[in-house]
Amino acid sequence: MTDLPIYLDYSATTPVDLRVANKMFPYLTEVYGNPASRSHAYGWNAEAAVDLAREQVASLVNCDPKEIVWTSGATESNNLAIKGAAHFYAANGKHLITIKTEHKAVLDTVRELEREGFTATYLSPLENGLVDIEVFKAAIQPDTIVVSVMLVNNEIGVIQDIITIGNICREKGIIFHVDAAQATGKVEIDLEKLPVDLMSFSAHKTYGPKGIGALYVCRKPRIRLEAQMHGGGHERGFRSGTLPVHQIVGMGEAFSIAKAEMAEENARIRILRDKLWAGLSTVEEAYLNGDLAQRVPHNLNVSFNYVEGESLMMAVKGIAVSSGSACTSSSLEPSYVLRAIGREDELAHSSIRFSIGRYTTEADIDYAIDLIKNKVGQLRDLSPLWDMFKAGIDIASVSWVHGTESHREPEAVVA
Amino acid sequence: MAYSDKVLDHYENPRNVGAFDAEDQDVGTGMVGAPACGDVMKLQIKVNDAGFIEDAKFKTYGCGSAIASSSLVTEMLKGKTLDQALDIKNTHIAEELALPPVKIHCSVLAEDAIRAAISDYRSKNMTEADGYNACKSAA
Repeated sequence: MTDLPIYLDYSATTPVDLRVANKMFPYLTEVYGNPASRSHAYGWNAEAAVDLAREQVASLVNCDPKEIVWTSGATESNNLAIKGAAHFYAANGKHLITIKTEHKAVLDTVRELEREGFTATYLSPLENGLVDIEVFKAAIQPDTIVVSVMLVNNEIGVIQDIITIGNICREKGIIFHVDAAQATGKVEIDLEKLPVDLMSFSAHKTYGPKGIGALYVCRKPRIRLEAQMHGGGHERGFRSGTLPVHQIVGMGEAFSIAKAEMAEENARIRILRDKLWAGLSTVEEAYLNGDLAQRVPHNLNVSFNYVEGESLMMAVKGIAVSSGSACTSSSLEPSYVLRAIGREDELAHSSIRFSIGRYTTEADIDYAIDLIKNKVGQLRDLSPLWDMFKAGIDIASVSWVHGTESHREPEAVVA
Repeated sequence: MAYSDKVLDHYENPRNVGAFDAEDQDVGTGMVGAPACGDVMKLQIKVNDAGFIEDAKFKTYGCGSAIASSSLVTEMLKGKTLDQALDIKNTHIAEELALPPVKIHCSVLAEDAIRAAISDYRSKNMTEADGYNACKSAA
């Protein structure tokens, strides 16, 4: 294996904790029964393991284990929650509300429901990434049936006020779904107190395996859903499909570790994150994206002005981070989350999301600070925009030569 | 994005980074592109009395291949007459750097930068006008 960069992309995924992997292993080779088999010990043993894991997951978020439905991950949970509730309660109304900064698994699910005849409002957040409660209230219509707001944003790490939003939904009799994929092990979740009807979870963001997640479906008040996956009637009919016992055991163990260690771990990670920001905030023309206070300690999202996004990503190969610009094969698309909080294209392009996790060390942070400072400095030495900024020229006032010569069709390259 | 070794070499060790005084009579400056498009190239040539480009410098805000294209162009320009320089086409740049199809526009921009720098130098030296600053005006 070649030298790998330092991993600072824990919001993309996390390694499976070795303690978790060790728990999973026997459920592949020894306890391989189908938990739906009622007639022999293979099935009973598998079922016992699934029950324990269900309790472990429920325990982290303080709900009844009966309220946990296994899925393949948060994407499926979001689909089941939003489509399932919209379809079941369609007789009550057709309108849904969500936020422009939600994950695509929510946004595209709502778009799909629009194609089916539902209507939707996509709220713009405030500049700090948080939902404007007054704007949210004003968006509610008499026929609003489902609201979906994420607990922790995947790009900028801000924590939404789901208590206030949930209370408003309860008052109006609206189903409230929360995508908590980025929240478990990072913020306290107490579903006995939270006015939330449906909540999506993922294992692999919390040191569990990929391919397993869960949906919390509230029993008091009782929330009903139309199943999206049909078959053997597993998971009380909410989600058919043979249960992947080893994955479930892994998620249970991962969430159990999260519960036991999150207070200490978050305190340690907060120190690292604050150190990272203390280092990066000394870089001239560096901008933090999203609220700093109302944010998980694991995330830092920073834009560096006057450097171009793709060359910045090339320059920081020593660290594995995510960029605010999705460099697709044909175009460079700035992050829709950063656009939604009002960042102009140039700053959205030149942003870096650092996400810190269980195995990040202080030396990793020191390395990242030095690398970024050094490389941003080098790219700015190359940048005519930086020179102009330093000379006091307002770049927005310059009339750029474009749309003419430089955008004419290129001559074909002869191979 | 998989870049060729040549792109990576120019990106990591860019040649002729810097600037000449745009007001100097023997300097031609071209600035092309726009920040919103993700590329801005500033190319400058210094022309000697015999009409040869004796030096060239660049600064570029842009992706790896935009930086590499402008770096390569500064090397290609040295020792050429203005007419020879105008013969440099984007296809030469793209071939030399083995640019992927989505990055061909970087080579086009580099060719435009050559034209803009030469036209600045010529207008300056034929009209004897005050050295105009391509940074401030999009002529």
